[in-house]
Amino acid sequence: MTVFVIRRLMQAFLVVFLMSVIVFFGVNIVGDPIYMLVSPDADQADIEAAIRRLGLDRPIWEQYFLFLKGAVQGNLGDSFVFGQPALKLILHHMPATLELAFSALFLAIVFGIPLGLFSGLYPDNPVSKGIMAGSILGFSLPTFWVGLMLILLFAVELGWLPSTGRGDTASVFGIQTSLATWDGIRHIFLPALNLSLLKISLAIRLTRAGVREAMGQDYVKYARAKGVSTKRIIFVHVMKNIMIPVVTVMGLEFGSLIGFSVVTETIFAWPGMGKLLIDAILQLDRPVVVAYLMIMVLFFVLINLMVDILYSILDPRVRLQDQGA
Amino acid sequence: MTDTAMQSASTAPVKIETPFQRFRAEYFESRIAATAFFIFVAIVLLAILAPWITPQNPYDLAQVDVLDGRLPPGSEAFAGYTMWLGSDGAGRDLYSAILYGLRISISVGLASGVIALFIGMTVGLIAAYLGGRTEAVIMRVVDLQLSFPAALVALMLVAALGKGVDKIILALVVAQWAYYARTVRATALVERGKEYVEAAQCLGLSRMRVVFRHILPNCMAPLIVVGTVQTAHAVSLEATLSFLGVGLPQTEPSLGVLIANGFEYMLSGRYWISVFPGIALLLTVASINLVGDQLRDVLNPRMKK
Amino acid sequence: MRKLTAAAAVTVSALALFTGAAYAEKLTIGLASEPTSMDPHFHNLGPNNAMSVHMFDRLIAQDEKQRLSPGLAVSWKPIDDLTWEFKLREGVKFHDGSDFNADDVICTMERAPDVPNSPSGYGTYLKGKTFKKIDDYTVHAITESPYPLMANDISTIPVISDSAGCGAATEDFNAGTAAIGTGPFKFSNYKPGESITFVRNDEYWGNKPAWSEVEFRPIKSGPSRVAALLAGDVDMIAGVPTTDIQTLDSKDDIQLSQGVSNRVIYLHMDQFRENSPYVKGNDGSDIKNPLMDQRVRQAISKAINRDAIVDRVMEGVAIPAGQLLPEGFFGVSDILQPVAYDPEGAKALLAEAGYGDGFQLTIHGPNDRYINDSKIAEAIGQMLTRVGIKTAVETMPRSVYFGRASRGSPDGLPEFSFILVGWGAGSGEASSPLKSLIHTYDNDKGFGSSNRGRHSNAEIDGLIEEALRTVDDEKRQDLLAKSTEMAIENVAIIPTHFQVNTWAAKKGLKYIPRTDEYTLAMGVVKE
Repeated sequence: MTVFVIRRLMQAFLVVFLMSVIVFFGVNIVGDPIYMLVSPDADQADIEAAIRRLGLDRPIWEQYFLFLKGAVQGNLGDSFVFGQPALKLILHHMPATLELAFSALFLAIVFGIPLGLFSGLYPDNPVSKGIMAGSILGFSLPTFWVGLMLILLFAVELGWLPSTGRGDTASVFGIQTSLATWDGIRHIFLPALNLSLLKISLAIRLTRAGVREAMGQDYVKYARAKGVSTKRIIFVHVMKNIMIPVVTVMGLEFGSLIGFSVVTETIFAWPGMGKLLIDAILQLDRPVVVAYLMIMVLFFVLINLMVDILYSILDPRVRLQDQGA
Repeated sequence: MTDTAMQSASTAPVKIETPFQRFRAEYFESRIAATAFFIFVAIVLLAILAPWITPQNPYDLAQVDVLDGRLPPGSEAFAGYTMWLGSDGAGRDLYSAILYGLRISISVGLASGVIALFIGMTVGLIAAYLGGRTEAVIMRVVDLQLSFPAALVALMLVAALGKGVDKIILALVVAQWAYYARTVRATALVERGKEYVEAAQCLGLSRMRVVFRHILPNCMAPLIVVGTVQTAHAVSLEATLSFLGVGLPQTEPSLGVLIANGFEYMLSGRYWISVFPGIALLLTVASINLVGDQLRDVLNPRMKK
Repeated sequence: MRKLTAAAAVTVSALALFTGAAYAEKLTIGLASEPTSMDPHFHNLGPNNAMSVHMFDRLIAQDEKQRLSPGLAVSWKPIDDLTWEFKLREGVKFHDGSDFNADDVICTMERAPDVPNSPSGYGTYLKGKTFKKIDDYTVHAITESPYPLMANDISTIPVISDSAGCGAATEDFNAGTAAIGTGPFKFSNYKPGESITFVRNDEYWGNKPAWSEVEFRPIKSGPSRVAALLAGDVDMIAGVPTTDIQTLDSKDDIQLSQGVSNRVIYLHMDQFRENSPYVKGNDGSDIKNPLMDQRVRQAISKAINRDAIVDRVMEGVAIPAGQLLPEGFFGVSDILQPVAYDPEGAKALLAEAGYGDGFQLTIHGPNDRYINDSKIAEAIGQMLTRVGIKTAVETMPRSVYFGRASRGSPDGLPEFSFILVGWGAGSGEASSPLKSLIHTYDNDKGFGSSNRGRHSNAEIDGLIEEALRTVDDEKRQDLLAKSTEMAIENVAIIPTHFQVNTWAAKKGLKYIPRTDEYTLAMGVVKE
């Protein structure tokens, strides 16, 4: 187990390295950041000076080498746009995005799994059909469209919730989170719901498919024959079996929640790192893009690691294997 | 399998039944699925026939006039025809634009979905079956891919290659294959430990045969769920990329581009610019999903009654 | 339900009775774009400059029409060909209570061009100038050659405090410790991506603002910004999308303010390549670049229906353009009118130039930079296609666009053949677009830095350079107007329209629109 985890972490560093190469050179293809930065009043000499100041006059491989040198010492470079360490910027915006993604995942599980379970157990019930129809709405409409609709309905028309922005924060275990204040929860509800809609639909459908499949299987028939109560069959035997794909996909989706927060954060003016990233991409702020992606890769590797460990707990047939065995 | 065949043979009054007929009968058992199928066929037909049943070619700038812009449904265009669904900001007849847009959206969604599914499935199966170093390498590449935002992939492609349908398909495939790989691997890992795989191995069947003939069919259920969701999602992801400015060209709008353009009109009271393309998208995505659901139920051997 | 609402309304109004006055003085503004720092010298960028005006005065202020008026300097004048004298305002105090004097000016002028990590500094406005303290309230600026735009340049430099700011780093400004100015508002709080808060400077030397506290919130998405105003979360928003102006205008509880900006939207045409990459014959073959022919450029200008762009694309919120700056600015011509829409005339000119059957052209433009930019490009594509120039439209994010438009071709030259761009005259007078867009591209002299069509005319160059040496205002005005007229006559560029900016506020508030597109809390007045 320990060896397994250590191996995985070492692989992670390799991936991070690869990622930095791809992004560093990839962003370089996209365009020349200098025209995103200089004032239009600047003349040719000013532009040249700015290029030199940001080190963009060096060949790209040399820039990369300098970046690596810094990265080893924990310095991922300074943002072109903000002039501050990219890592610091990202860490500053991270809590807002994490609390948004966690809230969305929470909503997805709280709504998705029970609804999916119900519609899987009673597929012919009209309520189930309604649930399934509703779940289609969840992923067929683009997030930005639904987001604005939510604002229009709940903030403009009904006036129940604030339209945009993050609410008051309070400190919990040293982390500033808006989940700890009433104002903060009022602010986070709409963006979290917007972000989770797709995931709710996905959770409903995965659970339903799993339940329907499991209910027809021999072990369920056998358990029934043995006289095990329906409740126990559903919540112990069936649930345990369907949780595998649900956990996989939901674990994966947590990463995509963070990735997709870009759109939700733009619509709801949420000060998270998704918005930081999209602005960095649109302004070619390479240090921020690279640093963001490096952090995200580490994040994903960790999530996947946890998902794999969870598997082995949920399903003893899956064994954690050390590679190269 | 024989058990199922016998059952359906005894219930159906038909004399001889080919597998296709049986499949068809099972599929159309559900009224919703049948309706969805016909809606989908109708949408595809409308999309294919678009050039012959629309008054305007929305891709020909000579036929689009900005003076016709933002007209409400039922208005008459300069060229004399009626714009039953109104026009968008550039003066495109929305009815024409939606039908033409459907063509692009459906082909982009299906093409990227199928390609991503194929790549992801193969990679995921190989990873799960071979295990060891191969699996480690593949799954780390998957991690790498999953942390890469689609917007960044699309932006790089747009910058390097320019805008176009093929680039968007590429971007969507790159953004999505890893999901399939990850899902297939997870399911296949479970299957790999099961007795029937061991049995097949004992029989001396080739690795390829075990993977594709024995393990794969058992991974189909979650794969089809993720597949229909992701294909539908590809269509709306394309809209999101357009919203971020890295989608399809402005002058050859897909449904996604129409919706992204309509977004800025949502508060302006000109509901038709975003609502009609939205309804078209909804119908398309919903019908693909309902068809996919039913297919899964019908094709899945374990789900048969 | 209805009862509940009524009860709530009573409670709210009762609350308002008690607390109304105090609440009314806090102003919340939704911004379209966010400043990148609180350091006034960090980034020479519109949103940053607008924000720093609240905290930091300039020696010379620009009013809402960018006319110059006394700021921290009470007077300024050239005392000989190479020296300008600034007399400073006495009795002004910084937010930390220290006195303002010449030392602050000298250290400001030293720091402004040279901030570490700055992506684009203020060196542009300060190069070639040396500053000398004569006494505590007199400063001389010395140049190498006669320089008429001294006052315009100086009006862009925020003055910081010698004791608190000059030795400080950008982070200290962001944290607030160094953000000590003499301006009408004091720094209170800065949460990047979230909000910027100021409180009133009750010791301010000029007109004290009406608001005791101001909060700026960046809300980038246009519809969300409008929704935030409608929901009552903000009191005013900047950058109202043109699509929403009509709806907002029809609401009783919303007040709109509109004003023309210093930004012209125009088309640059490749005038330096015999074979231009995005110009093709009707059969797709390479042809000799028709954009070199003045008649073709004229035809394009006549083929563009500026009124239709303003009316249909901009929903009436723009002004058709016939030159580089709208009327009322220094150095504009009073005879130039927008070129009239004349498709027949355009076809005739094309035929005369030998392109009766037209040719193929691609227009490139950004899709996230100017108001409705991609829609304008598309409308122009339609109009040109109608006179026979089969035009493809390609728009892209500005991050991709500007690099390619400036030097995207393999030899480092501009890549595109026909582009849509905009230019805002930061200095508020005509020399700014003339020297950057019209003057021949010249690396050594720093002229034509944004001349992406590379139009080149020695006579116009001469006039522009002469204007930039002429200190006499009247003579300079004539020279600038004359060079503008010649540039338009030669169709160096094709101006289409001037942007009009719109702000929306809740009832009872009004914003005094500014030509420089800044959103300032000082400009929000109660009615």
